[in-house]
Amino acid sequence: MVQEIGLDQLIREHPFFEGLDDATLELIAGCAANERFDAGQYVFREGQPADKFYMVRHGSVALEVRAPGRDSIVLQTCDDGDVMGWSWLVPPFRWKWDARATRLSRLVSFDAICLRGKLDADPALGYAMYKRFVRVIAERLANARLQMLDLYGAGKE
Amino acid sequence: MKEMTALKDPMVPAPFRIERVRKELSDTFTIDLVSAERRRAFSFLPGQFNMLYVFGVGEIPISISGDPADPETIVHTTRAVGSVTNAMWKLGAGQTIGVRGPFGTSWPVEKAEGLDVVIVTGGIGLAPLRPAIYQIMSNRAAYGNVCILYGARTPEDILFRKELEKWRGQFDLQVDVTVDYATGRWAGRVGVVTKLIGRGGFDPHQTVALVCGPEIMMRFAVEALAERGVPNERIYVSLERNMKCGIGFCGHCQLGGDFVCKDGPVFGFDKIAHKFAIQEL
Repeated sequence: MVQEIGLDQLIREHPFFEGLDDATLELIAGCAANERFDAGQYVFREGQPADKFYMVRHGSVALEVRAPGRDSIVLQTCDDGDVMGWSWLVPPFRWKWDARATRLSRLVSFDAICLRGKLDADPALGYAMYKRFVRVIAERLANARLQMLDLYGAGKE
Repeated sequence: MKEMTALKDPMVPAPFRIERVRKELSDTFTIDLVSAERRRAFSFLPGQFNMLYVFGVGEIPISISGDPADPETIVHTTRAVGSVTNAMWKLGAGQTIGVRGPFGTSWPVEKAEGLDVVIVTGGIGLAPLRPAIYQIMSNRAAYGNVCILYGARTPEDILFRKELEKWRGQFDLQVDVTVDYATGRWAGRVGVVTKLIGRGGFDPHQTVALVCGPEIMMRFAVEALAERGVPNERIYVSLERNMKCGIGFCGHCQLGGDFVCKDGPVFGFDKIAHKFAIQEL
């Protein structure tokens, strides 16, 4: 028999949400939905309203930037277990990049409009969520800096 | 531990004939050597290096990248980044170069038996680890999970790509590759190699980690391994310094109280962790 893990359980077990109380987890689960993207399909596009954030269940999503007359440039990929998207937290709440599934990807999306209102109304909840996103942002920033260093560039004898 | 065959006088290069030179990447090549004297087999331990001498140009240290089980052919993979390596790349089959070695310490391949092994490497750092991978694969049943986590600059810079693809196709190996820069044509991962450590299929408390790549990469890799719970005494790194004599006489490669050519290049991280933190070293 195939046993499917419900969104509620998935959220409870994900390290990103660790430490949140039951009521908050229930609230977050209430804003969550499963979404499926085929290879090549866009999860969101640059400039569109950032009204969601995502958790990658399975698959891989490339965050990329378009460049006229050339192939898009991939900044990073988000893979199994990664939390993706924080433009919903920062005005003007629009995506900075394109997000494209590089293979069949199953994501959990979270309705940010619903959450944003709740975070504004409840500073303790807002702080708890911001703390979690700051960690993701800091990790991405550190990784982006390492990528910028061009570590594998030519050395010397 | 396997006996290694050191050359008679460590300061006198022995003549070796170039059997083949092949291009690996736009700036990287592999050179296969056989003893010109044909007197004895050459054996080495994974992680060791030789001093290769292009006559009339100069001598440089290069890690051995071939199979330790093959005593006939010595394989080295290097980047053409200076006068010696550029001259070496121009040599052809049948020409002779001088070899001193093997020198230095080795990866703890035998000590890792019974444990998981995670190999974290980037760029040309895969070359000194390839002999360890060969040896582990030849005795695969002696190890737990084996993960190879490899980072390259771009998809075009993935070293030993065919071999990585072959290893990835095996049921008993986890091979994860990521690149720092890519266009939308690349369907693989983009991001730093250290990110792969978090998702590697190994038990951190029962794992030996072998790390080789640019020193900045190694610093962050060690940090990520520690975050997963791998203790310092089971993390090994390979350092690169200005090695000249290969036997700890000249002091060019001195790292605090150690000589990288003699006490390294492979170090247990617990032995040098404090030196990693000293910026001047």
